[in-house]
Amino acid sequence: MTPGGRVPQARLVLSLQHASKTFGAVRALQDVSLDLFAGEAHALVGENGAGKSTLVKILAGVYRPDEGVLVVDGRGVFLDNPADARDAGIAIIYQEPLLFPDLTVEENIYIGRQPLTTGRRIDRRAMRRHVEEVFGRLGVRLDPGRIARGLSIAEQQIVEIGKALSLDARVIVMDEPTAALSAVEVARLFGVVQSLRAGGTAVLFISHRLEEVFELCQRVTVLRDGRWVTSGPLADMTSDGLVRAMVGRDLLEREPEEQSIGDTVLRVERLTREGVFTDISFDVKAGEIVALAGLVGAGRSEVATAIFGIDRYDAGAVTVNGRRLRRASPTAAMSAGIGLVPEDRRQQGLVMDMSIARNIALASMRSLRRLGMISGGAERRFAKDWALRLQLKYGRLSDPADSLSGGNQQKVVLAKWLARRPSLLIVDEPTRGIDVGTKAEVHRLLDVLAAEGVAVLMISSELPEVLHVADRILVMREGRIVTELAHTDASEEAIVAAATGQLREEAA
Amino acid sequence: MPQRHDLVERLRPLVRWETGLFVALLVIVFMGTQASDQFLTKGNLFNLCLSIGEVAIMTLPLTLIVITGEIDLSVASILGLASAMLGYLVKDGWPMWQCFVVVILLGAAAGIFNATLITRLGLPALAVTIGTLTLYRGLAVVILGPNIVSNFPTTYTNIGVNGFGGTFLSWSVAFFLVLAVIFGVVLHLTPFGRSLFVMGANKDAALYAGFRVRRIKFLLFVLSGVICAFAGILYTFQLSTAVQDNGLGLELNVVAIVLLGGVSIFGGKGSILGVVLAVFVYAALQNALFLTSFPQRAFGIVTGCLLLISVLVPNAGSFARRAREALRRRGARAAHPVVESN
Amino acid sequence: MNAAADSVRRTPVVGRLSSGRLIDLAYRARAFGILAALAVLIVVTSAIQPRFLSGNEVNIVLGNTTILALLSLGEAMVVITRNVDLSVGSVLGLAAYASGNIFGHLHGMSTGTSIVIAFLVGIGVGSACGVLNGALVTIGQVPSLVVTLATLYIIRGIDIWIIGGGQVVASSLPDAFFELSLKSFYNVPYLALAVGAVVCVGAYHMRSFRSGRDLYAIGSNPQAARLVGIPTGRRVFTAFVVSGALAGVAGVLWASKYGTLDSTAGTGYELSVIAAVVIGGVAIFGGSGSVIGAALGALLLNTILAALYVVGVSPFWTQAISGALILVAISIDRVITLQLTSALRRRRVRAAAA
Repeated sequence: MTPGGRVPQARLVLSLQHASKTFGAVRALQDVSLDLFAGEAHALVGENGAGKSTLVKILAGVYRPDEGVLVVDGRGVFLDNPADARDAGIAIIYQEPLLFPDLTVEENIYIGRQPLTTGRRIDRRAMRRHVEEVFGRLGVRLDPGRIARGLSIAEQQIVEIGKALSLDARVIVMDEPTAALSAVEVARLFGVVQSLRAGGTAVLFISHRLEEVFELCQRVTVLRDGRWVTSGPLADMTSDGLVRAMVGRDLLEREPEEQSIGDTVLRVERLTREGVFTDISFDVKAGEIVALAGLVGAGRSEVATAIFGIDRYDAGAVTVNGRRLRRASPTAAMSAGIGLVPEDRRQQGLVMDMSIARNIALASMRSLRRLGMISGGAERRFAKDWALRLQLKYGRLSDPADSLSGGNQQKVVLAKWLARRPSLLIVDEPTRGIDVGTKAEVHRLLDVLAAEGVAVLMISSELPEVLHVADRILVMREGRIVTELAHTDASEEAIVAAATGQLREEAA
Repeated sequence: MPQRHDLVERLRPLVRWETGLFVALLVIVFMGTQASDQFLTKGNLFNLCLSIGEVAIMTLPLTLIVITGEIDLSVASILGLASAMLGYLVKDGWPMWQCFVVVILLGAAAGIFNATLITRLGLPALAVTIGTLTLYRGLAVVILGPNIVSNFPTTYTNIGVNGFGGTFLSWSVAFFLVLAVIFGVVLHLTPFGRSLFVMGANKDAALYAGFRVRRIKFLLFVLSGVICAFAGILYTFQLSTAVQDNGLGLELNVVAIVLLGGVSIFGGKGSILGVVLAVFVYAALQNALFLTSFPQRAFGIVTGCLLLISVLVPNAGSFARRAREALRRRGARAAHPVVESN
Repeated sequence: MNAAADSVRRTPVVGRLSSGRLIDLAYRARAFGILAALAVLIVVTSAIQPRFLSGNEVNIVLGNTTILALLSLGEAMVVITRNVDLSVGSVLGLAAYASGNIFGHLHGMSTGTSIVIAFLVGIGVGSACGVLNGALVTIGQVPSLVVTLATLYIIRGIDIWIIGGGQVVASSLPDAFFELSLKSFYNVPYLALAVGAVVCVGAYHMRSFRSGRDLYAIGSNPQAARLVGIPTGRRVFTAFVVSGALAGVAGVLWASKYGTLDSTAGTGYELSVIAAVVIGGVAIFGGSGSVIGAALGALLLNTILAALYVVGVSPFWTQAISGALILVAISIDRVITLQLTSALRRRRVRAAAA
């Protein structure tokens, strides 16, 4: 499929001009501008933390920019909430669509605004006609009368797109739509996007998969560290050039360190979970930092939760310090000396309403017991000690974890696990959503841990972080490990190339 | 200036739900003495204890269950079932200690049944315990039929006549106080107790911290069954009667007291102290009103209002906030319509 | 263009049934399941005890079901929005007393008018209670379990306070009022037909009107419902008012049926209502089920109880069996859902790997 060129003299549909948004100490967006023309598929690329999701939330009406204007169809708009965005003709398709599982496909699209006939009754035939027409326009075959429960993510996306189209959306924003799709479903989605373009809709396509970007889109905007880097036709760019624009910064030189690498702590053999990851084998030695890189949806976090026992796996074995680890038992994993700093710190890593002290002591309560009991004072002393070690910035230890900044919240989660003196620490996206200063502290902390002999398995989507911190890099793609790079051989381009792979050689 | 601020800071921990309950208790006691000079007599206080003892005991395991974010509406039915079984066995001539064993095991079985449906099959606790509440009540009817058993040995039925150690405290309240201390220590001072709060506040975080959520919830429901069966034994002896509808409707009292005690229905928050105070507030209020010849069976109005107050008050703050937000947004919208004309 | 259409054609359709049809069948099966269970039950019971098919028996069962079906209609609407109304029994009791009592105050009015007024009083009382429930749930943001538990208490308490030890005596009510419940058409009580009509109207509303569909959306995904712009507060409030009003009407019917009313009328009835609704296929978690299913659930529940009685099972087993039925109903639902989701997941994995 060749990327269509931009239709000449296309109408400017949406223009975001000089938008900025700051959250506390973090500058998520600074002076970012974006133009969307009718009928184009426009890619928005950038690494984690580049500001893409903030931009999307501004378009969605979830955030209001501190500065900047949004112009749709030549008129300035102020979006106070998602309903306003809908009224302005902007639709967002999220990675996890929000559908009504108990309603049919056509009802999901038309709920609250079903076409009516005499007596204000719902006109089902008109509704069916509308939906079939929309699906026809999109070029998909989906039974409008079936219940939404059980639809695959790909099909759910299609329903959302159908809904957007039925609302006369002029701009459809797709946030990492292909992350959870199979090759076949991706092809179908691309066909849908072509149909949307033919109808004059502008599509903003956010993705990490560069080969898809080149295949589908006509123009691209690159963001880096919250700032606009470049915009232009993809025909004028190369893959390398794009990567460089996304990444281009002075790569932090890592001080060559005296690492004493010890014995194997973690050995994973042919770990498989049907449909999620296949044949994963690797090991991590004491004093080593091994990074698991790859695109969102490659299956990295699932490998981590499988090792830790939160999720199960279907085949393979996990061995820690020479002993087989029982599957699906976090208790066993913890006893074996594993700690997991999870991906979602608000939902999985912390209890937001609970005090900082208690959060830190949460995994160490056994060791603080005296005569079976644990006192608030013991918890506080324990927490204070660790807060000091990690240079945590807080008001009072009895304040809820919610009161901390993102970076300090992450430190609390780290403290919780470090307090157990694990022999293997798994960290999933350790510095996501954290300010630069704390980021550096966390990296230093990981280095110190490794120097103390802890084995570290780090999952990260941030390439500079991976290169800066890791001794060895394993790249995963679609559930498999595709390559292993030593620190000396690694480069961002090499990782991205492996993570995005060739154009799909597998037959669609 | 700094001195005043310091004082406010130190007083802050005292302004809590429990303080409000304590104040309410004092007010009610005062009103009680005004309503009748019988209020603080030993005889009346004993009656007060008799009326509340079993309900009080049942609030303890329910508190733990609600803190983990679940609910158990079958508590009074287990009490009734235990009472019916006790009556049946005694009528049949079983030695008392064997009766105790069987009844307690029956309570455990009821709890296991609840626990299995909720934790293994993943059914919603509300629906399950509405079902088992009906089922267990029905089994009590089946076991005892229309029979009324009242030939219990006086050594046991004595607990309905004389207080513990000759004081005004009934045996049931004495047991309650002891159990309250144990539950309080476990809930607030042990790692196990802490894990309950975590499970209620954030189930994912509990899993990721290595807590065995399913196993713990299973245990709590079994514990509830055992304790409610024990309460059923006490209830039967106190009334000196086993009849098919012993304890009918009490579950609502138990839930009301737990929520009144400051335990959040959503889980993750609550204290045993609050529940204990709520027990006494409820009992004192019931007793005071009884002495003023308020129609006793209409006391439900008071229970219902207490229940509503105990959930509306925490919401008051967020309600005001949401109202202000809505007004602000309406004002902002007036200033900036969504689409301006060019 | 049609790479998309091509890829759809090339996607293997695993198995003979597409996933969509499989799910639809599973859910629609529920309504037929109840009818099938009913049929089997009638056949088996009348084989054991032919008396079961007698006109008299049919009359009794249908008579008992009218009140329960009316309550189940309202309760289903509430449960579909992912709420629950436990106060229906108390509302019924209060409305029954109020409507029975009103006759004593209507001297010199024609019987017909006084009956109409009695109904209005019942609806009024019920609606007022519904307004109270609805306001506390939507404005007060209190979970409906707690609200209706509290109002169950409060309304019952008010009932007891007003009635005291007294009662409405049957002789104070006009004969025409009783005949409402007794008049039948070939052993089918007129009231049953009336309630059946009301249920059909309710079902039609739930199926063919936006406000009805909104209730399903709210129960299926409350967050999404709000985001899409559905007036969730208003809809839930209305559902509670309707539930209360129907409970009020049920109260009047209760008065018509039993005549003598004291403060225990309707006590504990809410459990039977929940049982009927759950058996009828309305998910306790909201979003699915039908009011016709709920009414059929009421019919099935009463038929089971009647069958057991006729066959000679002691009436002492009634309550236990009701409880067991609730548990069986929700377990079946759950098992079916689990099987469905894992079957669908396996299909998807196979399709993706192909």
